[in-house]
Amino acid sequence: MSRIAARFKALAAQGRGALIPYLEAFDPDLDTSLALLKAMPAAGADLIEVGMPFSDPSADGPVIQLAARRGLKAGATLAGVLKMIAAFREQDQETPIILMGYLNPVEAYGHARFCTDAAKAGVDGLILVDLPPEEADILEQPAQDAGLDIIRLVAPTTSDERLRYVLSHASGFVYYVSITGITGTRTASADDLQAVLPRLRAATDLPIAIGFGIRTPEQAATAAHIADGAVVASALLSTLADTLDAEGRATDQTLPHVLEQIKALAAAVRAKGKTGEKKAG
Amino acid sequence: MADPAAQHRAAATQPNSLRNGPDERGHFGGRYGGRFVAETLMPLLLELDKAYETAKADSAFHKELDFYLRDYVGRPSPLWFARRMTEELGGAKIYMKREELNHTGSHKLNNVMGQILLARRMGRTRIVAETGAGQHGVATATVCALFGLKCVIYMGATDVERQKPNVFRMRLLGAEVVPVTAGAGTLKDAMNEAMRDWVANIADTYFLVGTVAGPHPYPAMVRDFQSVIGEETKEQMQAQEGRLPDVIVAAIGGGSNAMGIFHPFLDDASVRLIGVEAAGCGLDSGKTAASIERGRPGVLHGNRTYLLQNADGQIDEAHSISAGLDYPGVGPEHSWLSDIGRAEYVGATDDEALKAFELCTRTEGIIPALESAHAIAYAAKIAPTLPKETLLVVNISGRGDKDIFTVAEHLGVKL
Repeated sequence: MSRIAARFKALAAQGRGALIPYLEAFDPDLDTSLALLKAMPAAGADLIEVGMPFSDPSADGPVIQLAARRGLKAGATLAGVLKMIAAFREQDQETPIILMGYLNPVEAYGHARFCTDAAKAGVDGLILVDLPPEEADILEQPAQDAGLDIIRLVAPTTSDERLRYVLSHASGFVYYVSITGITGTRTASADDLQAVLPRLRAATDLPIAIGFGIRTPEQAATAAHIADGAVVASALLSTLADTLDAEGRATDQTLPHVLEQIKALAAAVRAKGKTGEKKAG
Repeated sequence: MADPAAQHRAAATQPNSLRNGPDERGHFGGRYGGRFVAETLMPLLLELDKAYETAKADSAFHKELDFYLRDYVGRPSPLWFARRMTEELGGAKIYMKREELNHTGSHKLNNVMGQILLARRMGRTRIVAETGAGQHGVATATVCALFGLKCVIYMGATDVERQKPNVFRMRLLGAEVVPVTAGAGTLKDAMNEAMRDWVANIADTYFLVGTVAGPHPYPAMVRDFQSVIGEETKEQMQAQEGRLPDVIVAAIGGGSNAMGIFHPFLDDASVRLIGVEAAGCGLDSGKTAASIERGRPGVLHGNRTYLLQNADGQIDEAHSISAGLDYPGVGPEHSWLSDIGRAEYVGATDDEALKAFELCTRTEGIIPALESAHAIAYAAKIAPTLPKETLLVVNISGRGDKDIFTVAEHLGVKL
């Protein structure tokens, strides 16, 4: 069983959903982002998404755009990101790592070589924002050969018919983009999420994580409760950005502040559980 | 003019025609183009594809478009024999396709007119667009004023600065112009921001792409709307010289004016097609916008095409004196035409474009856009080497009034 499947199964047995924090590789530098990655599981991360910086992140809001710029400025390359994951794997064999980014750097690296090297480094899944199933043939076979899951995004605009098509190309888990918009902007209501879940469940047996616009512990707990996991990205990157000095360098506040926030998110997700009662109000 | 729908069908029925692309996935030559966008946008692109196919097959749509092209845009545009320039250069007979005479001063309105009618058919009430030099932004703001639609134009902050007259024009037309400060603040960044707006406002918004790039169906649709340039050129040259032209030269940023004049000639093997990219400070200076000549295939803004990028697949900043050519990619059909050798792609530098700007102004009394000046520069370079009976058409895609500040600055003149 893959690390992703094993983790979701274990969490289901505990009766709760997953907290999936995001960090941008090399933001604001390699050492800080690697230290953050290494500390995330102990702070309560169940799975971790690692952003691969790209010069033109056209599906992302300002917070992730800035994080990507910091990462690139610090010298991020795909090879560097894979090395960072390999360093993390030396100490953690269980926590699934999902790389998230855009197609072009992967094309430049070479589709098959990237899948092989990513799997070797200890990556479990890939989310390529601008690679819809219609174009995914270039990556699907190499990913499958390397044992990498391709995690599919589905959106409120995805029709039932298209949902079946998209999910026939999915593995690992399904990432539900809960708003129509870019990352870190609007937030879907609990009612919206409650309403959409049956539609998704009917189309897949894979675990479902919700992302885009989840900022607070309460929102994370609600999303992880309704679905199987909650992705928190921009809120954490904002916190990180707020701790940087005037030159954009990490300070002694950087790690503690981000990790505190992850702990608070994790505590809320764990307290609510999957079958627990919804809080009043 | 012949019915464009019928023309398209006629071309598409010839099995070996180079005009049959793209395939249903939006791929040219099986490799370029495509639909590389976030899932949120996929259903919208599929809907747009369907709406465009329906409109394309509907003679009422073409009738409406023809009406606006004639009475509002001012088509057909003349094919002008440039006598003094021809004499000065002493070679090929130079003709100019006068797209700068269109309403709003460039070829951009051909495409914008087609897409705005489509947006209206689709019931969209808010239009977003990206712009570089501001020509596409002005054209879009114009039709939004014409039809009373809300208009938001994304423009790189650098371009807002160097194209002030167009920014003012767009605002007069009632558009909201949003300066984009990300990156170098040029067309690529404006494109990113327009895509972000679209994904956040899908219910009422139509994304009006200005060039033959972006996800399918934009490259094919924009090409179809711009093909009126080449169709007219063919008829006009036939009327004036009784035969096809020998050489067609057009400037390439995204490549819509070039694709528009090339496409009707793709199956006429005797016609040399030359796309002139902006070489900036020189093809090997590192400050260039020549995506085909100095880039390699990759994926950006929804399509696979030649891109200026580094070894890690990060997109480079382009450089050109002309804001309209200052883009690190190119339309995917051009990438394919380059690979199969049907069209040639060359470069003209900032300095060469400035010289051509002066040459055209001085000899023909036509002030060309700096974009078009790149095409003139290359035409002027090869014309003396060609026999006098050679018929060379250069596409004057826009007028240069918007560029007089930039040109004055380079000539050391303070306005």
